[in-house]
Amino acid sequence: MLFEVTADPLHPQPLIDHVRKDESGAVAVFLGVVRDNSRGRRVLHLEYDAYPEMATSVMRGIAEDAMERWPLTDVAIQHRTGRLEIGETSLLIAVSSPHRAEAFAACHHLVDRFKESVPIWKKEVWEGGEVWIEGEPVERS
Amino acid sequence: MKARVRLFARLADLAGTRETEVELGEGLSAADAFRLLCQRFPELADHSDSVMYAVNAEYVNSDHSLRDGDELALIPPVSGGDRAV
Repeated sequence: MLFEVTADPLHPQPLIDHVRKDESGAVAVFLGVVRDNSRGRRVLHLEYDAYPEMATSVMRGIAEDAMERWPLTDVAIQHRTGRLEIGETSLLIAVSSPHRAEAFAACHHLVDRFKESVPIWKKEVWEGGEVWIEGEPVERS
Repeated sequence: MKARVRLFARLADLAGTRETEVELGEGLSAADAFRLLCQRFPELADHSDSVMYAVNAEYVNSDHSLRDGDELALIPPVSGGDRAV
């Protein structure tokens, strides 16, 4: 397993190589990439802030949950911080498993869990303004 | 007794700092610490309903009691990745 928050550009192949085991028959990879528009506005670039020590520990927690739920062979997650230009990769999730169904399902699940729990924040910058994008607060019992 | 406080994203911008300290009274909770910080940084007060708390890098409830040396993080609603994908 590998969990990382980094200011460096993200590349999928090293993460794919990391999660692929000899018993893996499938590797599912998700890339979150910077889009040039949001709610009708033309986005110039994004800036990500993170609480890195906590983000990596929350990533590990959601990955361990997924490993219990599906027969996976490995999981790796990276998120980038700082300024990202249009088209750059902000989030990489790679999941390996013996068969494809579990890899697809676990990867989808991990993307959803990531967005609701990992302490990373996105600021959209457009011409003449900027705003921190905040998801819905998550109820905790 | 003191706790280190870390702020992120919008809350860091509003307070104008990413890190500060609070003096801890007896049995002070995470929410109590936030109220004290709002006296110093009034702009934070609008966010009392949406802020979440972490102590020593783990989510806690707002009534969690702080101890000397704890690291309290004020966590705005998260938006990693891109929720609109």
